[in-house]
Formats: sequence, structure tokens, C-alpha cells
Amino acid sequence: MRLLEMNHIKKSFDGQEVLKDISIHVDEGEVLSIIGPSGSGKSTMLRCATMLETIDDGEIIYLGDKAAFSKDGHAVYAKAADLKKIHGYYGLVFQNFNLFPHYSVIKNITDAPLRVQKRNKSEVYAEARELLKKMGLEDKENAYPYQLSGGQQQRVSIARALAMKPKILFFDEPTSALDPELTGEILKIIKNLAAEKMTMVIVTHEMNFAKNVSDYVVFMDKGVIVEEGKPEDVFNSENPRMKEFLGKFEP
Amino acid sequence: MTVMQIVKQLFGSMGITMEIFFVTLITSLILGLGLALVRMSKNPILSVIAKFYISVMRGTPLMLQLLVVYFGPFFIFGMQITPSYRLKAVLIGFALNYAAYFAEIYRSGIAAIPVGQYEAARMLGYSKTQTFAYIVMPQVIKRIIPPVANETITLVKDTSLAFTLAVAEVFTVTKQLVASQSSVVPFIVAGIFYYIFNLIVAVFFDYLEKKLDYYR
Repeated sequence: MRLLEMNHIKKSFDGQEVLKDISIHVDEGEVLSIIGPSGSGKSTMLRCATMLETIDDGEIIYLGDKAAFSKDGHAVYAKAADLKKIHGYYGLVFQNFNLFPHYSVIKNITDAPLRVQKRNKSEVYAEARELLKKMGLEDKENAYPYQLSGGQQQRVSIARALAMKPKILFFDEPTSALDPELTGEILKIIKNLAAEKMTMVIVTHEMNFAKNVSDYVVFMDKGVIVEEGKPEDVFNSENPRMKEFLGKFEP
Repeated sequence: MTVMQIVKQLFGSMGITMEIFFVTLITSLILGLGLALVRMSKNPILSVIAKFYISVMRGTPLMLQLLVVYFGPFFIFGMQITPSYRLKAVLIGFALNYAAYFAEIYRSGIAAIPVGQYEAARMLGYSKTQTFAYIVMPQVIKRIIPPVANETITLVKDTSLAFTLAVAEVFTVTKQLVASQSSVVPFIVAGIFYYIFNLIVAVFFDYLEKKLDYYR
């Protein structure tokens, strides 16, 4: 089943074209990695997908529901009520975690399911504890974010996103704010999620990780998709730009 | 007149001072938040009006503002001013003035919340009102306690400006006692009163700060 389709996405900031006619799609259970140099537009693409940024033109379709469509060369967004429903389909894990500092770990995870989704309290708490266990943080439920390491904070933020039961989980450079030692623990968690067939879109600088965990890789540069396909194809591509980019990652 | 008698004479006025203090604090903290939101609103006209209001309120003496609030209804609208309007004029003047200061404190506090907090809340489906009430405001309150404590301490002392409109608060009555008794003892008693009042205010805000110290 197709969970997300973004077609002919265009986006400019102050006349500077950041996304030039980009199309991607994600099927259920698939892991899509978006790689590319800084300023390639990959993070903007993700912010457009999660509707933190609006697109100028193109269409965004979640599970067949149109969040935005193109009309006379401009993107038109769906009604607020429809967007709210579509919003429930996905979650986002930020580069800087963005946990709520005044909430304990367990409250960070349970507050939105209770307040926004109005779900049953004991059920939400039980699930949150289950998630914490999965993240190896069962002893941290009453800690506050500042008491945790970056890697632990990122794991809480993954648990927080998962507690909303999204159909797609987006990751915006989830390890970029972490030192190499802590990067591994986050990648392991994402790998476990992939094994459970969680649908994910990951913007990352971790090439080996993208190669190992993805079903599909998109390489972006200067606002266009330069290369895309199965990881083994993309990483062995003869495209000069792709080779140059990968060359920087190999000693 | 013994010290005890002076204290007794001042006792009623202390109630008025405290009334000015508490009414001003509560109304201006509420008005100030509204004013800050208008000041930060996306509507440029509203924002400029709020900015101008704050600028005037902070840029002119409170004493002058009290006189305008008191005499304004008569000189501008020809309304009859009764003596009972004095205390009301003081309360209105203080609230309008302090709201401007608190608005700027709120504004700095709200502006200091990282945009990531709003984005995270949005990703989790919180409405704008929920985001403000449950995510932003609690963090703002923690941040603004020190400057609010400062303003509050100034407010305790500023209540003495009510003497401009001859409201029988501590300072007004003290001055009368000094004149009638030819003694500076009332000044000393008033000084001790203001000092203890502020000591309590400071202790209260310290407590509040410690209470919110559970996170960073």
C-alpha cells in the first residue's frame, strides 16, 4: 500500500529554488533514505512532507488523501479538518530532539496521546512503559530531559513519536547532534524498527547506515534528485556527482 | 505619641497599601499577558498600537499617569469626580502602567522559547491553544520569575506614589503624622513596613524559583 506520494514538489526561499520538481513515494513497511550534501534540500523536503513548510507547487498524498494538490501552477492545501486527520498519519523525530523540558520522560511520551488523541490513560501508560523498555530506558521514566544524555533524549523522542501510533515516521538527521558513540545506539533502534516493518523516511549523513537499512535511497543535490534506487545500485552508481559525494565518505 | 501608637495609626493605611499592591499585581499580570500577545500578533496595526502604548506607559512618569487618570474624566468628559474615585484612579493607573512593564517581560519570555518546541507540539497534534497553555506558558513562567520579582519589588515601593491623589496608604498617612507630631519616627516605621513587605515578596519569589527548579 502506498503511504506517501510527493509529486513535482517545488519550493523556493526568497527567490532561491530549494526544491526543483522533486518526486518521491513510500510504500508500507518501506524504509526510504534521503542522502546528499548540506544545502541539497533534503531537510526541506522532509519539512514539506511533514507540513512544517508549505510547498509552492506539487502534490502531497498520504494514504490516498490529498494534503496538497497543484492548481494553476500553485499548491493548494486541503481543508484544516482534512489536514488534521492526515497529520495523524505521521510523526517526526527531530535532529535536536525537541523534548518538552518541563515534562518528565513518561509525561513527554503520554501527554499527546492523552490530551490530543484522548485515549485511555492506563492503556497509554502501559504502552509508554513498553516503548521505554524497547528503548532501554525503563528506569528513566521519571527523569527530566536535562538529566539524560543526547542519545537517551533522542530515544525518548522516538518513543514519543511512536506513542502516537503513526503510519510513517520521519527522521530529520536523527544522529547529527550526537557524538559517534551515541550515534550507534540510535541507529540500532531505527534498525530494530525497520525489522518490525515500521515505515520510515530518514534524512541522514550516515552512509553505511543508509546502505544497510534502506529499501530505497534517494540522493539529492542542489534541489534535484541526482540518483535513486535500491541501495546497492545507488551506492555503486557511476554518476560522477554521486561518486564524488561518496568519495568524501571513504578514506 | 509612642511608637506603638504610631504603628496603630498607620495600621489602617497598611491595608490600603496592600490592596493597591495585590490588585495591581493581579490585574497587571493578566492585562500584561494580553498586551504581550497583541504586541506579538501578526496583525501589524495591533502590534504597533500595543508597542506605542507600552512606549508611552514606560516613557512617562507614573505620577503623571495617576493624575491623568484621576483628572482626565473631568477635564476631558466633564464628569463629576467624587473622592471615592481616588483609590479607583490609583488602581486603574497602576494596572495600566504595570501591564506595560509585564507585557515586555512576557514578550521576552515567549520569544526565548525555541521554535523547536512549537514544531514538536505541532507534530504531536497539539492545537495552538494547547501548545501555548501546556508547552509554552509553563516554560515562560519559569524564565520570567526573576524579572517579575524585580518589578514586584518596585511595585511595593511605588504604591507610595498614591499619595499624589491623597489616598490614605502608608506613605500619605506617614507624611501627615510626621507633620502633626513633628517627629521622624513615622518615617522609620514606614521604612520598616516597606522593607518587611519586600522581604516577604522576595522570599515568596525565591520559593517559586526553587519550586520550578526541577527542570532546566
